[in-house]
Amino acid sequence: MTMSEQELRLDGNAAAGLLQEVFVHEVTSVRGACARCGAVGEMGAQHLYMTPLSPGAVLRCTSCDSLLIVAVRTGGRLRVGLQGLVWIELPDEGAAS
Amino acid sequence: MVGTALQRRLIWRTAEVVDLVDETPRVRSLVLAVPGWPGHQAGQHVDVRLTADDGYQTQRSYSIASPQSTDERLTLTIERLDDGEVSPYLARELHAGDQLELRGPIGGYFVWAPALGGPLLLIAGGSGSCPLMAMLRLRQAAGSTVPARLLYSSRSLDEVIYRSELARLVAAGSGLEVMLTLTRAQPPGWTGLHRRIDTEMLQSVAWSPAERPWIFICGPTPLVETAASALVDLGHEPARIKTERFGPTGG
Repeated sequence: MTMSEQELRLDGNAAAGLLQEVFVHEVTSVRGACARCGAVGEMGAQHLYMTPLSPGAVLRCTSCDSLLIVAVRTGGRLRVGLQGLVWIELPDEGAAS
Repeated sequence: MVGTALQRRLIWRTAEVVDLVDETPRVRSLVLAVPGWPGHQAGQHVDVRLTADDGYQTQRSYSIASPQSTDERLTLTIERLDDGEVSPYLARELHAGDQLELRGPIGGYFVWAPALGGPLLLIAGGSGSCPLMAMLRLRQAAGSTVPARLLYSSRSLDEVIYRSELARLVAAGSGLEVMLTLTRAQPPGWTGLHRRIDTEMLQSVAWSPAERPWIFICGPTPLVETAASALVDLGHEPARIKTERFGPTGG
């Protein structure tokens, strides 16, 4: 672990705005499960790598460091890879109220 | 419902600077009026977007320092990083009446409300005190007597943000304690803490793990990671330790 790698590390909650563009809901306070190690945790608690000048963001599992979400802005599009998540839990808008 | 979904989607809003408060030589608070602002929780942030004349845009995230209110206003506290791209503009060039674009409130993970209870342990490094101040201001405004402690690491006394307000909040006697540690320079006669946050310091400041405090840590990444891992080693539940690292913000 280099110093620069540590300095680059943020919390998932720093990507709350970006993720809300994708999910509409606020998702840093909800739980998701890592596809590699199965750890379940709030998205805001995962490790985030993102700088103001980078074209996107990478969210990694705090337990096994595996990729959870990769988001890249390019050519007017936002490409989102969710390959590292088995599931994510959203508020159930369809539930009877 | 369509209306609900539209409300939830983040939109860029125009904010107007209504007041500027110099907190320290390098830190300034901006009081912003934001028409249509839906309110926010303590600990949430906003994205601020600046657009140059040639169309170049850049954005940064800033924590909200003010507690929830109904007057469509919020306060951001900005530390000026001299080689930064955005913070010198926000903390030095802006004047009352100027406008800027922002979206929010954003985030739901690093938030505290009186209903969550306590004890409440807040650990700040430098301008990491900003979202924690929103929590303390909310606690006071709500009349909460949840026991709260703030451990605040600053390079010097002059660089402690909200210093006089913190003293007033402590003097109000609602169960708040503030401990400063001054890591680089101490005033003559200083008898308080004067080293970087470490395990021994956290052991003396934190409640016992059995009391299950909610812990919020905000500051530079090394400070946050040192404090969080020390607290886990001391036996605190990881799920009750919430962190917000600055990282290389680019200012």
